[in-house]
Amino acid sequence: MTKVASLRWMVLLSGLSMAPPALADSTLLNVSYDPTRELYRDIDHAFVAAWKAKTGEVMTINQSHGGTGAQARAVIAGLEADVVTLALAYDIDAIARTGLLDRHWQDRLPYQSAPYTSTIVFLVRKGNPKRIRDWDDVARPGVEVITPNPKTSGGARWNYLAAWGYALDKYGRDEAKARRFVAAVYNNVPLLDAGARAAATTFVQRGLGDVLLAWEDEAMLAVEEMGGGQFEIVVPSMSILAEPPVAVVDKVVDKHGTRAAAEAYLRYLYSPEGQEIGARHHYRPRDPTVAARHAAEFPLVKLFTIETLGGWQKAQATHFNDGGVFDQITAGANP
Amino acid sequence: MSAAKSSVIPGFGPTLGFTLFYLGLVVLIPLAALLLRAAGLGWGQFVDAAFSARVLAAYRLSFGGALLAAAANVGAGLLVAWVLVRYEFPGRKLVDALVDLPFALPTAVAGIALTAIYAPNGPLGRLLLQAGIKVAFTPLGVVVAMVFIGFPFVVRTVQPVLQDLEVEHEEAAVSLGANRLQVFGRVILPAILPALLTGFALAFARALGEYGSVIFIAGNMPGLSEIAPLLIVTKLEQYDYAGATAIAAVMLVAAFTLLLLINTLQKWRHARLHGG
Repeated sequence: MTKVASLRWMVLLSGLSMAPPALADSTLLNVSYDPTRELYRDIDHAFVAAWKAKTGEVMTINQSHGGTGAQARAVIAGLEADVVTLALAYDIDAIARTGLLDRHWQDRLPYQSAPYTSTIVFLVRKGNPKRIRDWDDVARPGVEVITPNPKTSGGARWNYLAAWGYALDKYGRDEAKARRFVAAVYNNVPLLDAGARAAATTFVQRGLGDVLLAWEDEAMLAVEEMGGGQFEIVVPSMSILAEPPVAVVDKVVDKHGTRAAAEAYLRYLYSPEGQEIGARHHYRPRDPTVAARHAAEFPLVKLFTIETLGGWQKAQATHFNDGGVFDQITAGANP
Repeated sequence: MSAAKSSVIPGFGPTLGFTLFYLGLVVLIPLAALLLRAAGLGWGQFVDAAFSARVLAAYRLSFGGALLAAAANVGAGLLVAWVLVRYEFPGRKLVDALVDLPFALPTAVAGIALTAIYAPNGPLGRLLLQAGIKVAFTPLGVVVAMVFIGFPFVVRTVQPVLQDLEVEHEEAAVSLGANRLQVFGRVILPAILPALLTGFALAFARALGEYGSVIFIAGNMPGLSEIAPLLIVTKLEQYDYAGATAIAAVMLVAAFTLLLLINTLQKWRHARLHGG
């Protein structure tokens, strides 16, 4: 109690006198999802230096990584995250429902609070032996498709919705036809790994499947790490704009007295330096100048957003909850 | 209470008190929280969540697979324990230590290793595929992973009992004209049966709750190779805590019943052998 009071007092004092804030060590916890380990390692390093240059304060940023849903549940259960950087707005919405942060969190930062984007692309074997060019080829009989389980993996939900959005567009928003199309895609899926990295392992290490549906950044990383040209990336004519969102957790930063640092940390993601680091890790930048610099790496593709499909809440309820479209089409495939 | 009075060993009160307190803290309170959450559902919702066709298929795989795996481990575990106790050979200590490895390995590592070996392009998977047997990404793969993680239990429960078994008993049986099969069936087996049953129960319980390693090798196709713990995780992903606990509660009650049955069986046998 007295500690909090004295902390407030200090913050107040430093604000009044406009003097540099007290040189107290400050700590932020960023709770994130799995594939962002490398990205945030670099971001944290750069931000700590920038923050020290600006305020003289030495920040420590701790990271926690895991499946996006599991991470959100941990925060709901009491993991004191100052900021959350997750794969789906749906998961931050779930945290917001408990009152830990403002319900309108997505309006607080530019671009619906998603500082960088990605999309869903195809990873195929060298020479593209099955001639996979677009979503129609993924739905073609005789093509084996590797994608994780949308019930357990956030990335898998993006994959599914990318196929769904393409089919809606192709069939003039006829949902019955779109459903048949997506059913054809999942009819080509021999197994459903629990997570995106596990699916990538199945495709890359186990040699299963003709095409892996993957985040663009993960696909580029796989090509980079494997080298030797074992795999190729195929960008479909149309895909979904994946917007992994970020948010400050109000209740936690107010308790820790870390709001200023946490907000600066998230804003840093939008800065030219932050955007450049994101682009180096194969996330599509928002900043036009940074985007122009990396234009060659990110092929143009017609992108649609989750909002055109009615938003995450509706997509989750329609497609992925028990008894939803995904359950119906897979129940048909495996009686 | 009468047990307390008749016992000559002092300290019954405090030790039982501590036992109940500890069991309550470590086992019962978390389980009660689980059941309480499941109780938040109406009966209809509970049945929908815990007994849909898909969930029933998952129970069949989880319970069937765990029973099969535990049975396989009883046979193999007994043999390994026998070899380790009864024979002297170079490297015995090493083999002895190897037995515990499935305990020490993080389950995800076990899952990845097993999948690598049994996948269609893995060293064993390729051979088995030629024989027309698919292991990875099928229910058979689930059983293989369950066998792996449950293996040490039977060995470690049977081994000490075998060690304490006096060879004189077997010699006496032989001198009375028993053949080898009779010695095993009438002398050795009755002595180690309780340990075997305990090992079976432990291996079964471990396999039933296993998630980490099985998930990699199962393939997780709805209605075909989904284990019950996966459906629990699936429900959690939808923030359906009540539905998840409904499945968990059913598994818990079923597992508890089975374990109780095994314990009762042991008690009954013990009573029959030793007259209470």
